Formats: sequence, structure tokens, C-alpha cells
Amino acid sequence: MTDDRWLSAFNDYAACSFTDLLRRQSPHLLPGFPGAAEDPTPAPAVPHGTTVLALRYRDGVIMAGDRQATAGYQIASRRIEKIFKCDDLSGIGIAGAAGPAVEMAKLFQTELEHYEKVEGDNLSLDGKANKLSQMVRMNLPAAMQGLAVVPIFAGFDEKAGAGRLFKYDITGGRYEERDYDSQGSGSKDARDSLKKLWRRDMGREDALRAALEALYDAADEDVGTGGPDLVRGIFPSVKTITRSGFSEVGEDEVRRVCEAILGERAKAETGA
Amino acid sequence: MPLPYYVSPEQMMKDKAEYARKGIARGRSIVTLEYREGILLVAENPSTLLHKISEIYDRIAFAGVGKYNEFENLRIAGIRHADVKGYSYSRGDVTAKALANAYSQALGNIFTQDIKPFEVEVLVAEVSDGNGSKNEIYHILYDGTIEDEKNYAAMGGQAEEIRRFLKDHYQDAMTLDDAVQLGVRALNVTQNKTLSSKDLEVAVLDATKARRKFRRIPAEVLTQLLGAPG
Repeated sequence: MTDDRWLSAFNDYAACSFTDLLRRQSPHLLPGFPGAAEDPTPAPAVPHGTTVLALRYRDGVIMAGDRQATAGYQIASRRIEKIFKCDDLSGIGIAGAAGPAVEMAKLFQTELEHYEKVEGDNLSLDGKANKLSQMVRMNLPAAMQGLAVVPIFAGFDEKAGAGRLFKYDITGGRYEERDYDSQGSGSKDARDSLKKLWRRDMGREDALRAALEALYDAADEDVGTGGPDLVRGIFPSVKTITRSGFSEVGEDEVRRVCEAILGERAKAETGA
Repeated sequence: MPLPYYVSPEQMMKDKAEYARKGIARGRSIVTLEYREGILLVAENPSTLLHKISEIYDRIAFAGVGKYNEFENLRIAGIRHADVKGYSYSRGDVTAKALANAYSQALGNIFTQDIKPFEVEVLVAEVSDGNGSKNEIYHILYDGTIEDEKNYAAMGGQAEEIRRFLKDHYQDAMTLDDAVQLGVRALNVTQNKTLSSKDLEVAVLDATKARRKFRRIPAEVLTQLLGAPG
């Protein structure tokens, strides 16, 4: 009698992957839309997250996103969060169809935590970026119908001792960007803005200012992207990822910088 | 085909229980103590890589004694249970009680149905969420017997002796330093030597931490804690 049961301990290299666990045990919990590939009807206007960006600075990476979700010509949400913590040293910014995007971020977080607990060790930053690439690819059938999810992934690479960032396309293509990048409907404007503002080895203050300037430019030019909302007190969400971990930039600080930007631009407009 | 020998069910269970108990008695012990800010777990474990204590979920920790491959399988099954449940409902819906029940079912089934029972005891601890819930400690035996413990628990080879020691010396609302020292003294009771930080694996469920409460106490910190007079 041949018995290969012992082999499973080696063949089951995906034992530490949460996504593969779901695929085996509870495929109904996996994100995705079965049948999306066969049905060519485009999806109706669902909420889309608009602009997120990431840029490197001296201590690591800053990630920022506006707070608006847009469905067609309507504002779907004014307070949506688009930058999520993945683990202590990485974060994900989501653009595209908000529903699948938020679910992808949640699955990705669980995936990293699951690996860490089962293996007793963290995935490398490249390993994390690659895993996310597979998740984006899983969403390709839905993306073909207009439910695309295109994240930005950024983190602090302990081996390299620096921040790194990756962008994705709908097929799961993964491209490492050296300095900065942006994703979403206002991404071109944000990127143009960062092109002028970004400097090597920027300090935290300058990097925060550049991120918020770029988001303001995106909101200025793109109808889908929300600007700072002084009436309701809604400001972009900004996170930093450094050697010492993932942290949120406080709302007071973001408000202060936003007000300074608005003040200077108003002054420039009136020529005062 | 020869007929199998008849063995009475009583005898079979007795033999299996004795087999499992012998296996567990060979292993080293683990103690758990509630302290002011959470739950402390101390294991005698000279390996720094093969853990006996580990994180299951935000507020839940796992500890196992006995055969490593057997409790390692149970640990991974626990992480899978917790992560799938937390993913499909919410993080707050993952409880030590449900997990302890699953372990109890699994070990009970293995004990009655398989030829060889698991030679393990496991412990599942959940720290209070700070909103009125209490600390919970569940102790599950090789045959699926489940007990919920208060204040302290011990399992492994000389658990009885350790439990007696803790009964006399346990105090409510200890500091972490005091709890670590008490835990190590309790493990020392069954030893001919004094355990040092090299022989120990120590972790806490620290209620003061954000979301994930599990934290290992590194050897350097442990040496300081044990060196302090008290």
C-alpha cells in the first residue's frame, strides 16, 4: 500500500495562506463575482474611491487619500477611509470600486496577520507586494465590467532600511515606484503636482505638505475627488510608515496644513 | 481472517487515558496567572524557536504541553478557526469560549475514535476587553475534558504540585513583575535547579495594548524582571 499522507506536510506549502484556506474551506467567503466573466453587462454606477497617493521621504513613506466616494455624478460618501493599515510596517491605499476594494484590503490584512501567526514570522515586503498582486488579479473578471480595484501598496523594508512603494494594474501587474505615485481618478493631477514638489530626503513636514498639496490639486481638477471640507470638518487621511511602525497623522495637524495651503492659494488668487 | 481480540470499552479507555497521561507527564509544565493588566503565561521551554505559547487572535492566546507536533496542529487549527470567523463576522465575535469548545470536541473525538489519543493538554486564555468582560482561562485535557479556571492554571508533568503552590501564593491584582516572579517560582517547585531566563518562554495578553494584545517578553527583559529583588 502506498501512503502519501506524510507528503501533504510538504506539498501544502500554502498552509500559511488565509486566502488559500478560504478557497479550500469556505469559497463563498472569497471576494469576487462568480459569473462576472460570462455576463458582459457593465455594472451600474457603484461608489468609486477616487484619489490615493504615496511618497517616500526621509524616514519612510507617507500615504494619503481624499475622503470622497463617487457614484456616477453623485457623491456616495464624504467620509470614506481609503488608506488602511496592513500590518505594523505596511499600508494599502485603495482606488476603484469601493466595495470590492475595501473587501480586498480586509482580506489582505487578514492574510498578513494569518501568515505572521502561523509561521511566527513576518512576510518580506516583496512577499506582501506579490501576494497583493495575486489578489488584484483575482478581481480581473469584475474589473472588465467596470469594477476595477487598483491599490497602492507601501511599506518600510527592514532589510533595505527604507520606505518602498508599489502600484498595480487591473491584471495584477506590479510595478515598484521609486519616489512617489498616485492612483484613482484624480491621480494624474496628483502625480503632476508631486512631480514639482517631491525632493529626495524630504523631512516629515515637507512630505506632509506635498501630499496635501497634491490631493488639493487633484480635487481642484477632478470632479470625483473631494477637497478639504471646512464646513463639515472633513480632511484627507494621512498615514506615515517608518521604522517604528504605522501611524496616523492627527486630524489637527492635517487641518492646520490644509488651512495653510488654502490661505496661501487664496492670497495668490486675489494677488494680495 | 483471525478474529480481533475482544477488549472491553472500560479497559480500552483506561489504557488510552494512561497512555496519554504518561506522554503528558514526560513534558515540561506551563503556568498561567491573571495579573493587574492582563494574563501572563510562563512555560519551561529551552527552545527560542519552537514555541509552546502563541497568539491566536486579538485577545486570545494558546498554550500547549505534551507532544509538539500534536499541539502545533491544534494551534494552527485554532488560528484558522479564529481568522475565518473574524473575517466572516467581526473581530469582536471571535471568542475563547467557542475556540475552547472546538478543541474539546476535537480532542474528545480523537480520544474515542483513534487508536492513539493525542498526548497533549491545551490552554486557551482571553483577556478582558476593558468593557466589563472578564478574563477567561480554559484548560482542555487529552480526552476533551474542559475546565474553566480562575486566577491561575497549571498543566503538564507536575501540574498538581504547581497548582498547590499557586493556591497558597496567588494574590489578586499583582504587578507584571510580581506575577512573572511568582510564575517562575511555581515552575521551580518541581525542579532540582533554579530556572533562568534561558529556560523560559514568557508571554502576556496585555490589556493596555491596542487591538492585538499578545506580546512576548524577550529574554533580556525577563532577566531583568527575575533579577529584581522580591
